[in-house]
Order: sequence, then structure tokens, then C-alpha cells
Amino acid sequence: MSNFPFLSVLTVAPLVGALVVALLPRKRPDLAKLVAFGWSLLVLVLSVVMWFAFSAGGDRFQFRESYAWIPNWGVRFTFEVDGIALVMLMLIAILVPLVILASWHDAESSKRSVPVYFALLLVLECTMIGVFAAADVFLFYVFFEVMLVPMYFLIGSYGGHQRQYAAVKFFLYSLVGGLFMLAAVIGLWVVGGKTFDWQTLSQAEFATNTARWLFLGFFLAFAIKAPFFPFHTWLPDAGGAAPAGAAALLVGVLDKVGTFGILRYCLPLFPEASRWFAPWALALGVIGIIYAALLAVGQNDLKRLVSYTSIAHFGFIGVGIFAFTTQAGTGAVLYMLNHGLATGLLFLVVGMLIARRGSSLISDFGGAGKLVPVLAGVLFFAGLASLALPGTAPFVSEFLVLIGTFTVNKPVAVIATLGIILAAAYVLWMVQRTTQGTLNPALTEVEGMRRDLSLREKVVVAPLIALIVLLGFYPKPVTDVINPAVQATMQDVGKSDPAPEVGSVQEAAK
Amino acid sequence: MSELKLPSIDYAALAPILIMLGAALLGVLVEAFVPRRLRNAVQLGLALVAVLAAVTMVILKSESRVITAGGALAVDGPTLFLQGTVLVLAAMALLLVGERTVERGGAFVAHAAVTAESPEDRRQAEGVGGATEVYPLMTFAIGGMLIFVAANDLLTMFISLEVFSLPLYLLCALARRRRLLSQEAAMKYFLLGAYASAFFLFGVALIYGFTSGIPGRGAGVDFATVHAAVGESSSSQVLLFAGMALLAIGLLFKAAAAPFHVWTPDVYQGAPTPVTGFMAACTKVAAFGALLRVFHVAFAGASWDFTPVIGVLAVLTMLVGAVLAVTQTDIKRLLAYSSIANAGYLLVGVLAPSKEGLSGTMFYLAAYGFSVLAAFAVVTLVRDADGEATHLSRWAGLGRRSPFFAAIFTFILLAFAGIPLTSGFTSKFAVFGPALEANQAWLVIAGVLTSMVLAFPYLRVVVMMWLSEPGEATPTVTVPGALTSAALVIGVLATLVLGVVPGPLLDLTTGAAEFVR
Repeated sequence: MSNFPFLSVLTVAPLVGALVVALLPRKRPDLAKLVAFGWSLLVLVLSVVMWFAFSAGGDRFQFRESYAWIPNWGVRFTFEVDGIALVMLMLIAILVPLVILASWHDAESSKRSVPVYFALLLVLECTMIGVFAAADVFLFYVFFEVMLVPMYFLIGSYGGHQRQYAAVKFFLYSLVGGLFMLAAVIGLWVVGGKTFDWQTLSQAEFATNTARWLFLGFFLAFAIKAPFFPFHTWLPDAGGAAPAGAAALLVGVLDKVGTFGILRYCLPLFPEASRWFAPWALALGVIGIIYAALLAVGQNDLKRLVSYTSIAHFGFIGVGIFAFTTQAGTGAVLYMLNHGLATGLLFLVVGMLIARRGSSLISDFGGAGKLVPVLAGVLFFAGLASLALPGTAPFVSEFLVLIGTFTVNKPVAVIATLGIILAAAYVLWMVQRTTQGTLNPALTEVEGMRRDLSLREKVVVAPLIALIVLLGFYPKPVTDVINPAVQATMQDVGKSDPAPEVGSVQEAAK
Repeated sequence: MSELKLPSIDYAALAPILIMLGAALLGVLVEAFVPRRLRNAVQLGLALVAVLAAVTMVILKSESRVITAGGALAVDGPTLFLQGTVLVLAAMALLLVGERTVERGGAFVAHAAVTAESPEDRRQAEGVGGATEVYPLMTFAIGGMLIFVAANDLLTMFISLEVFSLPLYLLCALARRRRLLSQEAAMKYFLLGAYASAFFLFGVALIYGFTSGIPGRGAGVDFATVHAAVGESSSSQVLLFAGMALLAIGLLFKAAAAPFHVWTPDVYQGAPTPVTGFMAACTKVAAFGALLRVFHVAFAGASWDFTPVIGVLAVLTMLVGAVLAVTQTDIKRLLAYSSIANAGYLLVGVLAPSKEGLSGTMFYLAAYGFSVLAAFAVVTLVRDADGEATHLSRWAGLGRRSPFFAAIFTFILLAFAGIPLTSGFTSKFAVFGPALEANQAWLVIAGVLTSMVLAFPYLRVVVMMWLSEPGEATPTVTVPGALTSAALVIGVLATLVLGVVPGPLLDLTTGAAEFVR
């Protein structure tokens, strides 16, 4: 089974689906939705099969495929995944069908073509899978850039308030990062012996200064994508304007490309430069955690609030990566998955709430729990997951990041812990001001607020809730896959974990 | 008195040039003898057949590497590739020129000499058959470009420069609508072009003086003599530098590089759109072909001296093109500034003195030519009662009215912005890679930074077309005739194919990337 070309099929399949959906007549939106949903389920099934075909204790990279593309430049279609990429692929495969289901009626509110909306979602899935599966730097870059196009149209054509501004800002920010990376990619190609193969390049040695410049090119692109403070300003706009489903993918998956890129490209290719820049990256991470959390507290727009919370979470991921310990690294990767689940859920639920109320302002709500108790409950749960309550999955990852960091860098770990307190503040205040307290009389007059979660919406939230709880109590299946990959990455950087003083630390990572 | 020796001439290698110039002369006769109603079809057919025949000859003789006609012309890899590129792009431009269904009577005016805005002028704007002289003019220009990229001495280069420039000046004045703008464009182009030619000629004279100052060697302006003279330490550097500078001014003017670019937006805007496309694609190929040969063959020994200067000009060109593109409100002017910026990227390739650099530059020229012609083909289609609607505000909401053409234009704009899977990305890669290898990192960084700036105006057009609501003034897209469709399909397909599988063309340019000396 492991000879099956999983990765190329997974990458191409959504694209084929997108073509099919786009060619469906505009008059038959329901058919388009069903086909898109079915197709994404197919991708999910294939991903699950791949998950079980991956042997956690085996080679670091598996399912390698390589086909010639542009021989003149040594560019190949090379796909392979390590544990980190595999986890991200699973996240995509799980989120996309749920997002399609959740945005069942989203596209209808705009005057645009409904099939095209779902086709764009599938194109986005293709590029997202491609970017995580690529093992050729050129191929990675291609997916990294092309990814912008479907997202741009999702935000720009189907988004809400200020969608044009947000779409252009999103595109330009990402393109700026991408072009810095392009310069670095070309530089890497020139000094790395005219090959783009990741395996070959990771063996190559570069001059110290060259490596630092190249690192900077890649890091800028990824820091904008992630986004880290101070490159974050596009995210609240894009997240606020995007339709909820697209926003869930934007924050849940797209932004992980940044942190994934750092783990896959910055650290192993330029280990010395990574160590040299690590203090700066840690500083950005810590500032991001505190700064974004403070801004989140002050938001009055639900989607912008969620966007800011995820900037804070990305600060945690950044700290986890640049602490250079296996626990922190594993925590960071696990955080990437859990954040995708928790924030994805939060975005989807908030989207449901906004769709009912017709407004995303927190002040337009109040006491909504009395009208839609189930929805309010799910929102509360998503909020708790987002603030990393023990028992939910994000707790495990946040804890791992913090202890992993504490062993090597106490001040950073201590300051980062403050972020947890702030997280409690922004989540609980948000929940309190929207669903608790006295009922806002205006709400009762809104038709939509009288309907609680429909069956479709329950189907959307249930798998996410189940996964968050499951991974909160039993993260081992995932950590088993992640751990070897993270260990290998840390070896690439040339950092070994400090000897554990207490035996139980290692246990926590398990 | 010694016997007069005739130089040997390899007629087969010169066949493409001879075919085009012959067809141009035939075209003049057609104007005189063929009845008016048949003229358009006959002229278009003649021009296309000539171009096809010339392309066939280029392909048949693709292995020839000779210097012929007494050292005046070099038919080698770059020559043949660039000639082929010029011919294919010219064929697309001819298709646009020949289009008669989009506008009654075509894009060209019947009698250019009629006073603009006079009643008679308005009458002839209403669908009197356009002048068919455009075809011989186009064929002459194409023939001139074919010589230009093959020229192996500076005088031949100057003559061919005039051969292709003069018809272009005339062609600019022939737009059917907006006559004043068109005439102004032609006048500007002519005056500035004449200046540039004068600079070039003066440069030739100085280089002649430079070569004659070396004892024991014959003076001359053929590239072999110049190359040898540059290598001599005893030669006068002042004459060399002054001569090089003046030559560069002449060539950079045609290439639309800053600070010799000021004609570009006005001429691109005023000229009939098919001619604008022809200029943006073919003139650029010809001008850069000549630049490559002059700098890589004649002055290769002085590369330490010209590289920093041309490098600064390249950065300036990119900056001017990108920054001024941001403020444009007319689609043709926007494309003009984008073409200026692209000249800057091409200069980056010219400054990479390696086989890869040469190959990358040629790849860029071909890829850009296809995209830009397709872009102007779309511009000819977006029209209202007064002809083409080129003001950007008029394009608002075009995506709703005509999603297909808006999608095509979006694709081309993404190509210009350098998004992967389009030829815009692969061609940027093809020139930036060799430039980095040649330690010109500063040029690459400037290129990357200006690409970011340039992305904004492109994106603005995309936003206009898709995200804005169509207004009352949004023009419709005319359904193109077969000719425009053909040009559009070729351009868009080439943009896509060269972006996804650039391998075959790269093989071709790599194989061709060697000058004969």
C-alpha cells in the first residue's frame, strides 16, 4: 500500500474536483455543493488511508515520489512527507469538508456564482496539500504563491465588509513575503549547486553570511504568512472580511504554512543562521503573544477578535520552534494541529452566530445563550479550547511548549505564561458579552436568532469537538508521528535537548 | 589597381530577411494594382504568407552559424532565435492588425492626412475601410528588425534601425479614433526617435575614431574589429566610453529603458492598439537583441566599465516603471509603464555575462512578447460606441459583464506580476538566476522590490474587474473575430505553457545562446 502515489493523487484530486464543480451549471448550486462535499470526503478517506500507511517509527520521509519537470533548472515534482507534514495534511483533509458543509449557504448571500465558490475552496485545498507535500524548494514556492490566488478571490468576491481592501492587503502582504523568498530561493539554487531537491540541499554547507541572508529571505516570507508580530496587520483584516469558512481555512491551515516553512526550510537548511537569529525570533514570538492578546481583549468585532487570538497563538508556536528542544518543538507542531482544530471551530461557530445575527459586532449581541443555548454552548467550548483549558487538546501543546522552553530559557517561558492569563480574559469576556448576561432585546426581533444549531451545523461542529477532547486526553497517536520528525529537525539544527533533571519531563512528551 | 572583390553572400541564411523585404515591396505593388475591396485580404494574406515562409526558413536553417555579407550580418544562434521570435510575434500582431469585425473598417484610419476632428475626419471614423498601407509598413518594419538582430557591424545596425523605425513612426499616426492623440504620439516618437538615432550614429563615429587610433590595425565598425580594439591597452579610453555611451542611448531608447523612456506612455497610448502590441513585443525583442550583441560581442572586453552604469540604469528603469505604473488611470499607459519595468528586468539579464544569462534573456523576450500581445488583444476588445474604453474606471465590473475575457486578462496580469505557473514567473527566474550567479545580487534585490510595487497596479485592475460593481459606463467586450481570437489564444496558451513546462523553450534558448564572432 505504501507504493501508492498518495501525495500526487491527494494534490491533484481536489483540482480535478474543482474543475468538475466549476463546470457545473450556475443554476444548480445544490448539485455543486454536493459534488464538492463528496469530493472533499473522498480526499479525507484517502488521507486517512495514508495516515495508517505511514509508519511512525520508520523513515523520516515517506511516500517519496519524484517526476521530472524542468530539467534545465533541476526542478522536479518531488513529494514526500515527514510526520509534521502528515499531521498538517490530515488537518486539511478534516477541515475542508467541514468548511464546505459550514459554508453551505454562505455563497448565496453574495450575488456571485455558487459553484465557483466551492470550486475555489477545492483549488485552495489542492494548493494547501501541495505546499505541505512538496519536497522540492521550487515546487514549494510555486504552491506557496499560487495559494494566494484562490484565497484572494474567496475573500474579495465572497467576503463581507471591506472585502476589497482586505483581499488586496492580504495578497500584497503575502506577495511581498513571497518575493523575498523568491530571491532567497534563487540564491539557494545558485549556491546550492543548481538543485532544488530538499534532501540534497539539507546536506549542503553554505558560507555563514550567505546562509544568514538566505535564512532572512525565507524567514520574512514565513513570518508574514504565519503571521508573527510585527507582520501581522493583514490577518485581522483578512480574517474579518473573509467568509467564515474561508477564514477558518485561512487561519486554521494557510497560516501554518509559515510555521511549517520555518520548521522544514529555515531550520534544516540554515542551522547556523537559525541559531543566530533564534533570540530575535523568540522575542518576536513573546511580543506577539502579549501584544496580540491585549489587542484581542479590546476588539468589538468577533472575527477580528478570533484573528488576534490566533496571532497570539502563533507567538506560542514561534517560541516553541525557536526554543530548539524536542518537547517545545513537538508542542509547537501539535499546537499547529490543535490550533487548526480549535480556532477553526471557533471561526465556524462565530460564523454561525454572525450569520444568524447579521452582524459581527460583539455589542450587537448579549444574552444570546437564552435564544440559542446549544450554539452558545459550542461557542463556550470552542473558547475554552482556544484558551487551552486542561482536557482540551490545545492545553497539551501549550504545556509542552512552555516546559520545553522553560528548560532552556526561563524568562521567555515565564513571560509567555502571562499569555495564558490574557487568553482567559479575551475568551471569557467575549463569551460573557455575547451569550451570557441579560438578553439584548434587539436579538429577539432577529428572525435568525430563534433557530438553534441545525443538523448540518451539528455535523460540522461534532467532529471538531470530538477531536479536541480526544487529543486533549490522548495525544499519543499524533505525538508518535510528530516526535521523530521534530527530533530529526532539532538534530539538523545541531541542538540536543538538555539532560532532563526530572525523569517525568520526558514522559510528558509522550 | 586591384580587382574589386565581391563579398560572398550566404543567401539561404539571409532568406528570412530577403523574404520579408521582398514581401514589403510586393505589398507596395499590391497597393497600386489590386482593386480596393480586395486589398485588405490580399495584403494580409501576403504578409502572413511571407512571415510563415520566413519562419520556415529560420527553422530550416536553424543550424547555420555564419558571418556573411562581408561581415555585415551574423547568422548565429541568438540571431535565429530572435528572428524566429520576432516573426512569430509579428504574425500575432498582423492578426490583430487584420481584424475587421471588432470595428467596422478596422483599427486604422482611411486617410491619415485629413485634419483631425474635422467633419470629414468624423465621417471616415464611421467605418470607411482603413488604410491597407499598414501591411507593407509592418512588413518593412519586421524586415528591419530581422536585420537589426543579425547586424554584425554598427553601420548595418544603424541602417536597420532606421528601416524598422520609420514605418513604426508612420504606423503610430494611423489610429482610427482619437486622431489628435495618435498624431501627437507619432510626432513625439519621430522626434525623439530621430534624436536617438543621431546619438547612435554619433556613437558609431566615435567608435570608428577609437578603432582607428590603434597603430597597426585597420579601422572599422564591425564587431570583430571593435572587439579586438577594446582589448588593446593602448587605445583611447575616452573615445571608447563616449562612443559606448552614445550607442547605448540609441539602443536603450528603443528598448524603453529609463531615462530614455519618456516617449513610451504617450506613444503606447496614442498608437492604434495592434501597433502598440507590435511595438511592445517585437521592438523590444529587436532592441534587446541588438543590445545583447553589442555588449556581449563588440564590447565584451569592457564589461567591467559598462556593467555598473547599465546596472544603475536597469535599477532606475525598474523603479520608474513600477512606481509610475501605480498612478496610471489608463490601461494602455499602465501597460506602457509595465513594459518599461520589464525592460529593466531584461537589462538584468543582459548584464549576466554567461550562456545562461543570454539564454534567460532570450526566454524572457519570447515569453513577455506573447503575454503583452495577448494583453493588448484584450484591450482592443473592451469598447463602447467611441472605440476602445481604455480608462481604468471604465473597466469596473468587467468580470460580471464578460467573465471569460476578464479571466483571461486577470491571468495575463498575474503573469506580469510573476505568479508561478505563468511565463512571467519562469522568465523572471530565468534572468534573476544567472544575475545572482554573476554576483549581481543588488540587481536581483532591486528586481524583487520593484516587482512588489508593480504587483499593486496589476492587482488594482483585477480588483476593478472582479470586485467592483459594474457601473452604467462599463463597456461590453466585443466578441472578437477569428483573427483576434487566434492571436489571443496563442498569447494566452504560450503564457500558460511557458509557465508550466518551460523546458522545451529553455532547451532551445540554451542551444542558441552562443554568438559567432
